[in-house]
Amino acid sequence: MSADRQPKSAEIVVANAVKVFGTGTAAVAALQDISTTVPEGQFLCLLGPSGCGKSTLLNAIAGFTPLTDGRITMGGKVVTQPGPDRGMVFQEYALFPWMTVEDNVRFGLDIKGVPKPEATIAVDRIVATLGLSDFRKRYPKDLSGGMRQRVAIARILALDPPVMLMDEPFGALDALTRRTLQDELLRIWSEYRKTIVFVTHSIEEAIYLADRILVMTYRPGRIKRDVNVPMPRPRDPASQDFNAIKRELGALVMEEQQRFTNAELHAPAVD
Amino acid sequence: MRLSSLRGALVPVGLLVLWEILSRVGVFSPIVLPPPSAVAVKWYAGLLPALPYEPGQESYLAWIFSGEMPHDAASSLTRVLAGFVIGAGLAVPTGLMLGTSDRLYGLFNPLLQVLRPIPPIAYIPLAIVWFGLGNPPALFLIALGTFFPVLVNTIAGVRQVDSIYIRAARNLGANSWTMFRRVILPAASPYVLAGMRIGIGTAFIVVIVAEMIAVSDGLGYRILEAREYMWSDKIIGGMLTIGILGLIIDGAMSRLNDHLLRWHRGLER
Repeated sequence: MSADRQPKSAEIVVANAVKVFGTGTAAVAALQDISTTVPEGQFLCLLGPSGCGKSTLLNAIAGFTPLTDGRITMGGKVVTQPGPDRGMVFQEYALFPWMTVEDNVRFGLDIKGVPKPEATIAVDRIVATLGLSDFRKRYPKDLSGGMRQRVAIARILALDPPVMLMDEPFGALDALTRRTLQDELLRIWSEYRKTIVFVTHSIEEAIYLADRILVMTYRPGRIKRDVNVPMPRPRDPASQDFNAIKRELGALVMEEQQRFTNAELHAPAVD
Repeated sequence: MRLSSLRGALVPVGLLVLWEILSRVGVFSPIVLPPPSAVAVKWYAGLLPALPYEPGQESYLAWIFSGEMPHDAASSLTRVLAGFVIGAGLAVPTGLMLGTSDRLYGLFNPLLQVLRPIPPIAYIPLAIVWFGLGNPPALFLIALGTFFPVLVNTIAGVRQVDSIYIRAARNLGANSWTMFRRVILPAASPYVLAGMRIGIGTAFIVVIVAEMIAVSDGLGYRILEAREYMWSDKIIGGMLTIGILGLIIDGAMSRLNDHLLRWHRGLER
């Protein structure tokens, strides 16, 4: 998995991104004038309460959601549609239930037209990396949530994408499984040198994982604070440094959570 | 377990005994309700080959199945399968097209809603006018009985495909053809197969009726023929065979479903 097979730059540039859902009085500004640069190899977390536009921004980078204004580029090329260079991991796993673990992992390679022997070698390696070797012939319905998310990660990793986009991938998992997968993800990230954009509403998860955290505001979504996390890994969630950042971010996120709660109380029909 | 299955047999066996006694005593005439023993004898006679085995003329296997009832059952089953293949063969591609294209769906759905509630049996007169007698009208009716359930389910199956699978496949770089073949088709398959199971059930009802009208063999024809001679024991025996065949068809379909949908959550046991 050497760097020379990847495009020159996996840098993501978001320039004046605006996204408005709906029109007229029903219009909701999900993103308002967001600009930021994610350097190649950075682990970036988007943090904020529900309705802050963090998933909208991720979907725009993925190419699922066209922007109302502004633009997003990856490696200098404007993002217009989804593509395997930006592998996405969904909270709902989104595995194909009619395919075995192995076939799910192989699917992207089939699409790409990778010859069978080569694809098999790649699948073998990825499956082993994620500890799925004993589950190759299983169907997703027979796997636990943690295992399913491993398969989802393996599925995009098989295509060796320079960028991984993750939409609250561990949100539905129990605390212990979650920690295991966080560690696994960090291992993969450092081993494969990916650029990762990771959406979460967990402050602790963001601090545990990220090089850098963007705290977003509740509707319209803007960047409230751009925070670097300079702590070395592995990080200890019980340490003083960790908790200092946690306190700082906690206050910021709670402000936005308060605005979200107020908005919900006054317009219960929203969402 | 053993006790409860014994208890389950209590009512049917009791009824059979009661029926036997009442018929033998003469409460019912044999034409209205022949005793079950007579039905069993007649049923068994129909099962056996009519002529003695002649080596050299035919294989032993062919001889074993040369009785009237095996022959009729085979005719009915062949009609059901042929009609089913025609009906489902037309319904699945049509359903896939109507399910994928909103425009086609908008064009054809109203017509579909008008035609769908017409029972296939109501087409009998028209089928005879169009195709005369014999196998063609029978196959037409059976295919028709299969067509609508399969079509409606296929359309629903395609339209309900979870958008998360579409998004995941697009993210992995799938083009429309891959999307269709490897995502939409398998995602819709539980619906399509459910439609086929309903369809073959309808086909089996229709085959019996069609055989009563258009052809001169098959289980449906045989029980109507027996009525001409007031052979009630043969009628009831024929009904029994129809029931058994229906059970076999549904059982086979259900096992096929379980195998094809072994990945499906709903089948966890």
